[in-house]
Amino acid sequence: MSRTAGEGEPIVRVENLRKYYNNESGLLGGFTVDNEFPFIRRESSYVKAVENVNFDIHRGETLGLVGESGCGKSTLARTVLRLLDATDGSIYFKGTDLTDLDGEELRKTRKDMQMIFQDPQSSLDPRMKVGPIVEEPMKAHGMLDPEGREARAKELLEKVGLDPQHYNRYPHAFSGGQRQRVNLARALSVNPDFIVCDEPVSALDVSIQAQVLNTMQELQDEFNLTYLFIAHDLSVIRHISDRVAVMYLGQVVELADKEELFENPQHPYTQALLDAIPAPDPRAADRRTVLRGDVPSPINPPSGCRFRTRCQKLIQPEAYDLTEDEWRRVVEFQRAVKRRNFEEREPSAVRSRFLDDVDLRGEAGRIVTDAIDHIAADRLDEAEALLTESFADQSICAKEEPMYEIAPELAGDRHVVACHLHRGD
Amino acid sequence: MTTPLLTVDNLKTQFFTEDGTVRAVDGISFDVYPGEIVGLVGESGAGKSVATSSILRLVDSPGEIVDGTITFKDKTLFGLEEGPDGEPRPSEEMLTEEEMRKQVRGREIAIIFQDPMESLNPVFTVGGQLREFIELNRDLPKEEAKQEAIDMLREVGIPDPVNRYEEYPHQFSGGMRQRVLIAMAIACRPDLIIADEPTTALDVTVEGQILELVAELQEKYDTAFIWVTHDMSVVAEICDRVNVMYLGEIIEQAHVDDLFYNTKHPYTQALLNSIPRPDETIEELDPIKGVMPEAINPPSGCRFHSRCPEAREVCQRVHPEPRDLAEGDRPHRAACVKYDVFDVGYDASPPLETEATGGFSAGLTQTGPEAETDGGDR
Repeated sequence: MSRTAGEGEPIVRVENLRKYYNNESGLLGGFTVDNEFPFIRRESSYVKAVENVNFDIHRGETLGLVGESGCGKSTLARTVLRLLDATDGSIYFKGTDLTDLDGEELRKTRKDMQMIFQDPQSSLDPRMKVGPIVEEPMKAHGMLDPEGREARAKELLEKVGLDPQHYNRYPHAFSGGQRQRVNLARALSVNPDFIVCDEPVSALDVSIQAQVLNTMQELQDEFNLTYLFIAHDLSVIRHISDRVAVMYLGQVVELADKEELFENPQHPYTQALLDAIPAPDPRAADRRTVLRGDVPSPINPPSGCRFRTRCQKLIQPEAYDLTEDEWRRVVEFQRAVKRRNFEEREPSAVRSRFLDDVDLRGEAGRIVTDAIDHIAADRLDEAEALLTESFADQSICAKEEPMYEIAPELAGDRHVVACHLHRGD
Repeated sequence: MTTPLLTVDNLKTQFFTEDGTVRAVDGISFDVYPGEIVGLVGESGAGKSVATSSILRLVDSPGEIVDGTITFKDKTLFGLEEGPDGEPRPSEEMLTEEEMRKQVRGREIAIIFQDPMESLNPVFTVGGQLREFIELNRDLPKEEAKQEAIDMLREVGIPDPVNRYEEYPHQFSGGMRQRVLIAMAIACRPDLIIADEPTTALDVTVEGQILELVAELQEKYDTAFIWVTHDMSVVAEICDRVNVMYLGEIIEQAHVDDLFYNTKHPYTQALLNSIPRPDETIEELDPIKGVMPEAINPPSGCRFHSRCPEAREVCQRVHPEPRDLAEGDRPHRAACVKYDVFDVGYDASPPLETEATGGFSAGLTQTGPEAETDGGDR
């Protein structure tokens, strides 16, 4: 649905939001075994789940948030609602900074913000009937009298596509899709402006998914709702969102209008993600590239651009003068050494596997030769350190955190992309 | 074409519960030829997993295979014959439980499950589990089995296999664990691998890596696959031929290209229409009305008639068996009476007044209510 984003003040504005989890909780938390006296070390380490996130959401719009598991989507969603306390940054909801609120004030504000969870089963109390489940938030916020609440609950059940006569049924009597509708009715009961939907359809079958997505869009139109819609499924995101934010390892790497993002993706991670999804079409061209390696740990994320350790477009440091092809080979070589995923030790074999027997000129050539010598002597750690320090760590991608705003080509009025390839734009 | 590797004929698996008999798989037939990837697609509750467990005879009580034959190469994995008392009993050719365990499972037919964490034992090292499997199934001495295990880990793209061999499952990421299970599956060079939603729990980029790996290995070893999934995109990407299941039956069976471009069965069509696309923006999704009825009390006639937009009165009465509707030389079977070969008077039959055909207003929202779960269909 392409609605025009509401003018004026956004309903939600997130500024420099950070959320770190402390790794020290628990009796032995924070202690690590060391190989030197006193053999045990205590150090603080934090899981940097959300780092420096900025976005705003306008009234009546859907902001899609997409990323792989572990990228911090759910933490971000919960922090925005202040179900988790932010480590740093601000969350403005209708102009009020939520991080300043507490106690009764926060509780009252929450009436306008609701959440729908992924698992429709575990988010409904199995011992409560669905009617009272839908009434519960109204009760908590002192809305209406008991008769009024019952009438409203029935009305809402009907609105979300359930039979109001099911008021007295228990959740187990409903299918997954119907349970998610009960969750929708509950979220709507207090007449919220803003609903965070955390993977609301990913537990549902495809045909049921479409029914629930359609209902969500109808309700959005009817009640002028604002959604923050989290999903890992890019097809669902493309269907429901007006604008899309792509997250990687705790950061938003690209944010643009839906059409702009899907048809003109600028961040290499977004491109890889879009490349990776299979289309329901046997004649579609085969995927071009598959992203290698695993997501790094958020405890100690890569410096600069967090995607640089897997990026196909890592920028060559200015100190070297390699051709594009040579530079790609050097990067592949460095990553292979880091991942230890080759067996060759013989210099000529290593050279032919990674460098296609090309002799690199100058400084870069000398470093690569030294690294190959280390590998021949089975000193892989030294080879890794040398290559990483000389090449990967020298790139601008490792030194500065990128964040650029570019002119959208297709749709929308802002296109933010966190990639140094756009540093000249 | 060559002879099929696996032939499933009229397989019926039922669960005898207190509430009645659940006909989870109700008379399905399909073949798998050497080296091909055959898809088994359907929504949850369609009977996909019960069908694959039946092939390996892994159905537990109260479930039981009640009819049909399963032939794998020259072995009868399941077969019945009439006993002296007129009751069916296992036929003589049917493999015993021990033969199944020692000859078939893991050796000739391997299986990969959805959740790799549940298939690996958390208290043993990954390498140890793989080695034990190879040791037992290939009768190799321990040292050789270990070397083979390391080679297999390398083969499926586990970096630094010598060191990772000593690690525990929790030290592996989800994609890595699935790679270990693939290593285990191919370790005995089986002719057939049953993959039960192996990429469903994985992220898209990891799913891409696994699909690529499977394609490589399939080319190298020429292994046949039965690929169970609910994801039409994965089907489009990886399968050669596809069986679409609905409520315990195969309702369409075709080459993957024919299935997508010359769809015959209304259910397959509805399923394809209901999925959002990653490669284009669709303004409004066209969902399938209602939910899948329970297999304990399936609708009469065509089981899809309660949700079918093209349902007519005759669909309630006539139960169609899949028939070949191919226009080209590739077989294309579908079970829908709207095609002339069924000749049951579909054209003359009056349309059914259901919510799906748009002839009946449920009086609720546009999306409409889902059928009640207590078995009633609207």
